[in-house]
Amino acid sequence: MLAWTIYISFIGVLVLMLLPREAARAARIIALLTAIAGCAVAFVGAMQQANPGEVITIVKVPWIPSLGANYFLAADGISLVLVVLTGLAAIAGILFSWNIEKRTKEFFAYYLALIGGVYGVFLSFDVLLLFVFYELTIIPKYFLIARWGSTRKEYGAMKLALYSFVGSHLVLIGLIAAWVVARAQTGHATLDLMELSKVSFPLGFQHWVFPLVFVGFGILAGLWPFHTWAPTGHVAAPTAGSMLLAGVVMKLGAYGCLRVAMVLFPDGARMWQGEIAALAVIGIIYGAGVALVQKDFKFVIGYSSVSHMGFVLLGLATLNTIGLSGAVLQMFSHGIIAGLLFAVVGRMVYDRTHTRDFNDLQTMQLGKLLPFAGVTFVLAGVASMGLPGFSGFVAELQVLMGAWKVFPKTTMLAGVGIVAGVAYTLRAVQKAFYSDAVVPEKSGHDHPLEPISMPERIGAVMLITASLVIGLFPGLLLNWIQPCLNSPLFERLLKGGLL
Amino acid sequence: MNYLEVLRAAAPETALAITVLMVLSVDLIALRGESIARRFGIGALVSIIGCLMAVMFTFTHYGQTDPLHGLLVVDPLTNFLKLVLLALTVFTVLISASGKFTEHVGEYLALVLLATIGLMFLVSAEDLLMIFISLELASLSLYILTAFNKHNARSSEAALKYFLFGGMSAAFLLFGFSLLYGLSGSTHLPEIAAALKGRGLDPLLLVAIVTTVIGFGFKVAAVPFHLWAPDAYEGAPTPSAAFIASGSKVASFYILAKIMTMGFAGAEGSAVWHGYVSGWTPLIAVVAALSMVLGNLTAIVQSSVKRLLAYSAIAHAGYMLLGVLANTPSSRTALLFYVITYALTVLGAFGVVTVVEEATGGDALANFAGLSRRAPGLSLCLLVFLLSLAGIPPLAGFIGKFFVFSAVVGADADQLGLLWLVILAILMSAVSFYYYLRVLKQAYVLDAAENAPAIKVPAVTMFALVLLAVLVILLGCAPGLLLRHL
Repeated sequence: MLAWTIYISFIGVLVLMLLPREAARAARIIALLTAIAGCAVAFVGAMQQANPGEVITIVKVPWIPSLGANYFLAADGISLVLVVLTGLAAIAGILFSWNIEKRTKEFFAYYLALIGGVYGVFLSFDVLLLFVFYELTIIPKYFLIARWGSTRKEYGAMKLALYSFVGSHLVLIGLIAAWVVARAQTGHATLDLMELSKVSFPLGFQHWVFPLVFVGFGILAGLWPFHTWAPTGHVAAPTAGSMLLAGVVMKLGAYGCLRVAMVLFPDGARMWQGEIAALAVIGIIYGAGVALVQKDFKFVIGYSSVSHMGFVLLGLATLNTIGLSGAVLQMFSHGIIAGLLFAVVGRMVYDRTHTRDFNDLQTMQLGKLLPFAGVTFVLAGVASMGLPGFSGFVAELQVLMGAWKVFPKTTMLAGVGIVAGVAYTLRAVQKAFYSDAVVPEKSGHDHPLEPISMPERIGAVMLITASLVIGLFPGLLLNWIQPCLNSPLFERLLKGGLL
Repeated sequence: MNYLEVLRAAAPETALAITVLMVLSVDLIALRGESIARRFGIGALVSIIGCLMAVMFTFTHYGQTDPLHGLLVVDPLTNFLKLVLLALTVFTVLISASGKFTEHVGEYLALVLLATIGLMFLVSAEDLLMIFISLELASLSLYILTAFNKHNARSSEAALKYFLFGGMSAAFLLFGFSLLYGLSGSTHLPEIAAALKGRGLDPLLLVAIVTTVIGFGFKVAAVPFHLWAPDAYEGAPTPSAAFIASGSKVASFYILAKIMTMGFAGAEGSAVWHGYVSGWTPLIAVVAALSMVLGNLTAIVQSSVKRLLAYSAIAHAGYMLLGVLANTPSSRTALLFYVITYALTVLGAFGVVTVVEEATGGDALANFAGLSRRAPGLSLCLLVFLLSLAGIPPLAGFIGKFFVFSAVVGADADQLGLLWLVILAILMSAVSFYYYLRVLKQAYVLDAAENAPAIKVPAVTMFALVLLAVLVILLGCAPGLLLRHL
């Protein structure tokens, strides 16, 4: 059932390719229907999964027998969380790009191809297949930004593509080495994640291969100091592009770290635990600090993404149940909230005012002109700074609780990042929407701003609701995540393997 | 010796040789005064029918035979490679068919077929003499094919350069072969190996190894013997360049691997990190590493797409050499998979360049601007070919890379001693993504000049390109289709 999320997306791509060029409206509707269908399948499929702790096979057929590669799609609770997130983000992204008029059908074709690849990564339980889907997302990302973006779009797009490609190639080195070692040890070739996770790789091997694979995936998760693609990429991307980048693409990286690097090389993870936590906390503080001094509204959100993804990585570094489940929850939560923040900045504000500079926005009194945008941003902002009641609070709390047990000092530093998070969010709210700066006599815009459209309202309400629901009833997702972490797949990671 | 048996074993090549005469005489006698397009059309039809006949003969004689003691060895693998070569020839002819670069249509097609005959004999040869003769037949045809665009001075320049370098490398090769004969008293590869067994690496053998590697390094355009390639690719008529880059690569790599593993068995040495033992593998390792680094880095700064493809070909030769030096059964399979899928892909890429060149008058990057609007189908094909060359899954190029790299690492599974080469290759392949993306950026991101007309793609070419693109996707998604023949 869940495999149809992938197929539906790619069918959508094909249908869009066959449309005539001028049919912009039809393209939007087809894209939206495809995304809704994908999301519905994701929800229904997730509900059907009676026991989220187990890895339920969806389809498994031999693909390249000589390598031991299978076309193996499956899902456990963690996959379910991220598949549902992808479904929601996909719909929201399309609602917020309803105003794309330039090459509409191509835009949505790339968009759906990206979504299809993302679903594929979250559902693959064969490492080669996972890698295939992972790389498949690079091309649509590049074209979405380079073609429809703004502010140094070609530079941002190329930087993102190269960073992703280099990262995935680091992963490839690790995978090939792991495949060879596993074959030498067990006597048969396999690329099946479940089987590889049972292989005890030698400690010396794990010592160098784990950081390689972890950093390879971590680049896409915004791991400091390899995060530099993130602000430029997010800023250059069109609204839907940054929503997807922050919403789901960064999660691909974090998911890869957890699912491949940590599960396959649990002892390596233990050896490098401290270093990862340190990088994560540097990312949290650095991202927040830099966000505090930005002049460009979108750069604030771009750097805040780096900061929030730091919490995901910190959660991963804890190697305990509560930290890991916090990390997965934070992936979901940040996916929703960052999407919303980018929607406000990119679609509601920038598309109307054509500026993102705080100095210009200050004079515009946007809080009065676009009250809906103001309120949405405030809600998203407080969700992002971790106000109780929103999803960010539960997630970050769990991460910090998990981290406290392992590295208390580092965790206290992460607290600095939270405070800075409050500061830069409030600063952005104040400067962009509720500034009391004196309005110059002849204000710049003579024509009134276009009112907030219906698709935007629906999208915003949908995302806020999702964040609230998870904030108030975190059990909905935790019931999926926690049984997974107690399953045999994660046993060696949490209880210690050879070490 | 049973001549009937020999004739039967050489039936595909014979059929092609007869086709060569047919093409020449049809063009000379029946088609004088017709338009070039018509002459190309009919000539191409005759050539393709000839190729199909050869395919048929290959199928009817799909057994295993060695009637001339190594001069002409036929087994299922060589037969399959001949089918691949014939398919590549058909595609080359289809791409050329709409060309306007020459009025000597009959000669052009005849030379393409002659080169194919040379390459087909080459894959069947296990004897130094036969290897040399068939290699020369193929090479001489390719030199002339390079010079075929008489309106363009660079074509002649390229051919001269190709010819001079080629002649020099043939001399090296012949010198190496003569040493081998002197050492072993035989020209038959298995006998050479048997005679050399246990001799160790004496200086004569070392010289023989080095000169053989030089000779073939030139054929496959590996650094530092690559200097002819960018000029030849750029100056030659694009379909000729396509054939040089595809058909000739397949046969050369197959025979290089055969000579090295069969003829120099026992003199492998070792290229593992910290475990270097002299022999032919470390030599190839150096050549491979240089090719990967220099090819990829130089390709970055190219502004002509044909030159870019030439430097990328050099880089790909480096990856393929890894498949040669790993020297295990699985690495040989991987090498053949790689080189065949590479040939299909690069042929397609050159096919797209041919069309763009005819329509816009050049192959500079800027000529590709806005291609996705001017010719959507064509640029989609280009996307597939270039992404496959860059190694993006699920295209054939990625699977080929995965096969080769995993086979190379697997050749020394205990120590992972060859991992350093694979790490270098993978990092360099990450670099290569940049320059392929530069071409695609022109096609998909930038806009064409105002009022640039749509590009009309000849139906035959489009058919060939779509077929190639489908093959590239198919072999990536279901590599088993090709793998089971290798």
